[in-house]
Amino acid sequence: MIHRQKDSPVLGLDSGSRVAVLGGGPAGSFFSYFLIEIARRVGIDLRVDVYESRDFSRPGPTGCNMCGGIVSESLVQTLAAEGINLPPTVVQRGIDSYRLHMDVGSVRIETPLNEMRIAAVHRGSGPRDVQSTKWTSFDGYLQTLVLNNGAHLVRGRVDSVDFKRGRPEITVRGGSSQDYDLLAVAAGVNSGTSKLFETLGLGYRFPNTTKAFISEYYLGEESISRALGSSMHVFLLDIPRLEFAAIIPKGDYVTICLLGKDIDKSLVKSFLDSSEVKQCLPRSWRSDHSSCNCWPSMNVRGAVGPFADRVVFIGDCGVTRLYKDGIGAAYRTAKAAATTAVLWGVSASSFREHFWPICRSIGRDNTLGRLSFGAVRTIRKARFARRAILRMSTIEQQGAPRLRYMSMALWDMFTGSAPYKDIFIRGLSPRFIGRFLWNMLVSSFPLDGSNSERRL
Amino acid sequence: MGAGKLGKMLEDGEIIFRQGDVGDSMYVIQEGQVEVFVERQGTEVRLRLLGEGETVGEMAIFARETRSASVRALGRVRVLTLDKKTFLTRVQQDPSLAFRILETMSRRIRELSDEVVRLRSEN
Repeated sequence: MIHRQKDSPVLGLDSGSRVAVLGGGPAGSFFSYFLIEIARRVGIDLRVDVYESRDFSRPGPTGCNMCGGIVSESLVQTLAAEGINLPPTVVQRGIDSYRLHMDVGSVRIETPLNEMRIAAVHRGSGPRDVQSTKWTSFDGYLQTLVLNNGAHLVRGRVDSVDFKRGRPEITVRGGSSQDYDLLAVAAGVNSGTSKLFETLGLGYRFPNTTKAFISEYYLGEESISRALGSSMHVFLLDIPRLEFAAIIPKGDYVTICLLGKDIDKSLVKSFLDSSEVKQCLPRSWRSDHSSCNCWPSMNVRGAVGPFADRVVFIGDCGVTRLYKDGIGAAYRTAKAAATTAVLWGVSASSFREHFWPICRSIGRDNTLGRLSFGAVRTIRKARFARRAILRMSTIEQQGAPRLRYMSMALWDMFTGSAPYKDIFIRGLSPRFIGRFLWNMLVSSFPLDGSNSERRL
Repeated sequence: MGAGKLGKMLEDGEIIFRQGDVGDSMYVIQEGQVEVFVERQGTEVRLRLLGEGETVGEMAIFARETRSASVRALGRVRVLTLDKKTFLTRVQQDPSLAFRILETMSRRIRELSDEVVRLRSEN
């Protein structure tokens, strides 16, 4: 039986208040971290219990949160400003550039400041056959940070969530029930936990999801450095339903990540068998020799009603960015929820006023993201447009950084470093359009009559 | 630089920025130690040493003035650059992001106040 309280602005947290966090991934850890930090600043001492059944120190699916494992340039900077500096034991490889591969050629696009500003990480302790213990889990690192900050880890599978006298109550399998003043749900979209809340009468509706494909291949650190360097390799190939494909170099492994609509085995095979993929990986690589692979769901349209009195949904089970920078979106929603809970209260009205605007801005940005990916889809199908992108980006890389219109649009689009709105606005600027049209024109009529796109 | 390291590596003695430069970024020290110093009448006066996790050059983010001191690497140092535009955009979205830097600045003002008191007491 659920007894929901009406919106009440007086619901708040005080010293001794108890907070439960369902899920110990980035969203749960960021929420716990900032909740404790902000509460301390205003002199409130909270009890924070993080419920997480996975052990991030274990390799393979049991310790993994199934994700490409990229911490974007903007998030790396933001975390550094927050005092969270990712150590080399967590960063499997610093990324300073990306290489865009198309059927018409490839181009290397460098980071604006020429330094390693993107972190490639393993969410768990690595694929199931991992042998080296040189690196540790990103999720595990954040969890340790949170536990050192005073949170408590409850290692157990949540059996049920209920509401008694308007307060959330959690029961762990084989354990007793605990009631809380606030429940933050950060259970993602790949466990059944978040879906449980649809039936609790909170007004919450689970996000729309699609399938992605992630695969890890062991190639060894030196071999990866030789073949892929410190670049993320992204692909703009004319394969139906494929929105984005990347090969991400990590410590001893490469991660292949495919996003799109209804990714299935035939689409994966088309991609892995493409000459562009084979050219960028070592000759010894075999597509059927993966160490680990998974088909995780990903949020493509945010949840409806991601808050109620004493409940808030953060990260993937709430609202996240379309295709890119899911960890960055987890940080933003988690921090907004934590700030709201400490400073303004835990009622639905508090979350509506202070947390929901962040979710709404991400959701609106995703609308422009859909339009941007629609434009990329059109370009992917038009060979002359692909040639124009290649030509424009290659020429830009030889010139001044401030004149890199196409390179920066692609950089932000593929790395998730800027909101889609920024990319969209830049894409509408007369200078960008003019240069792109000029490059399309030039690319369509090769002066020497040859068809060698690599010659630009 | 190792594969898993973020930022850029500076060699011993390399200058990160010079007094009088126009600043458009600050730096977070990821590894190693830097020396902050001012040049006065041809001599260098060391202001402080900063180490891992500390920020340097943050005044350029908030004040529209040239760099008040120079910073150089003591040994090999790895720093992550936080550019002004990105940082201020983020601060506008989330003002609490500036909190840690304000804490650092407050601590340094306190240290400077203590130094002023010490010098005046000596005189």
